Amino acid sequence: MTPFQQDLVSRNVPSFEAHIVVLELSSYQEDVNFYIPTSPSSLTSPPRVVHSLIIINKAGGLVYNRSFSSHLNTISVNDLLVLAGTFHGVHAITKSLTPSSLFIPSNQRTGIEVLDSSSFRLNCFQTFTGTKFLLFTEPGQPNVETIVRKVYELYADYVMKNPFYQLEMPIRCEQFERGLVSYMRAK
Amino acid sequence: MATTLPLNPGSKPLPPPQRSTPQSSKSTPQQQPQSGGLRVPSNRKTIYDRNINRTRTAELSRASFAYLFGEMVSYAQKRVTGIQDLERRLNEQGYPIGLRLTPLLLHRLSTPTAPQPRPTRILPLLQFIANPLWRHLFARPADAIESSATNPKEYMITDNEPLVNQYISVPKEMSQLNCAAFVAGVIEGVVCGVLGGQGVGLAAQLYGGENPDQPRDPPAVVSAHNAGEEGGMWPGKTVFLIKFSDDVMKRESNK
Repeated sequence: MTPFQQDLVSRNVPSFEAHIVVLELSSYQEDVNFYIPTSPSSLTSPPRVVHSLIIINKAGGLVYNRSFSSHLNTISVNDLLVLAGTFHGVHAITKSLTPSSLFIPSNQRTGIEVLDSSSFRLNCFQTFTGTKFLLFTEPGQPNVETIVRKVYELYADYVMKNPFYQLEMPIRCEQFERGLVSYMRAK
Repeated sequence: MATTLPLNPGSKPLPPPQRSTPQSSKSTPQQQPQSGGLRVPSNRKTIYDRNINRTRTAELSRASFAYLFGEMVSYAQKRVTGIQDLERRLNEQGYPIGLRLTPLLLHRLSTPTAPQPRPTRILPLLQFIANPLWRHLFARPADAIESSATNPKEYMITDNEPLVNQYISVPKEMSQLNCAAFVAGVIEGVVCGVLGGQGVGLAAQLYGGENPDQPRDPPAVVSAHNAGEEGGMWPGKTVFLIKFSDDVMKRESNK
């Protein structure tokens, strides 16, 4: 059992997810290196940081993306849209992959929650309305749950209470931006 | 779908109008309360039956206010011609609030032996707005009162972080807009309530077009302006510019 699987077991995550999350991403690495720190210094002493955030609406469209660390390769918006759409599909597939032997009611089944690789960890949080928050962090980042909660709170405050925001459309809210940056900097 | 449900299903229909003969008035000792459009709770106590000081310290949920105000902005945004028009609509929504808050706050400031007079001079009026009114609405005083160096008719009240704008991000293409125009409307209502006269928005509504000679100059025109600097400490800083009319200035110098 790898340390990561032990970690999952200790957090009471159903075992099938352990299989999902240890999928090798070697073929993907070139494409997603946007999220992978490239400067050697950061690899030797990993900074406990959040790399970037993506918000996907319930139709699978990318509504927000932002990276928080400067040493990331950039990736075109087109590729990001493809990434968001792909993840949306994969999420739906993993949801229906839940083994029936686990006796989880269908309305409580979730898709991918964590996806681990050697250089980053992807955390997915889905709201009740189907909006997905994707947080890319260092593999050892602690308290991801808290960070995602806070991001959700900022979203609920500064996006959903903004009369100029149109539902399901790309988020362009200055206050949300400001809140996110100051929260990520304060951590 | 239009339904003809009564507004207050709990109340009985009003008794038919009766001639006020002595007998009939004696036979109906318990009169039904008039309930035209007013919602009557099951215990028949309306907001008017309550002690006027009961809600003095009551607080409301900030989130529900944010959603309500967001809907007010969206409502005002329908069929507007431009940003100025939108600000005028928000201003009009705030105006009646200021008008009604004036007597309530003056009543609460009064004691039985020392009734609070209306603050008819400019400085006491501004202090009335910046302190009791701001405390009542936002639970803190306004951040500054200034007078314009160039124009003696203009005064400014500053709020570093208006509560109404807390969750609102104005899109780039409408950067002139400040949704605190609603609060400017409240201030305008207070000024008009104290000094008398009609506000711009309502005057335009009530007298506009048909009888242009009728309206007097409003005692003051209030507008909200963005004064925050990007990257500064208060990015949402808002200045409420109060421009008093010539009549008010003349009266001020007479006293």
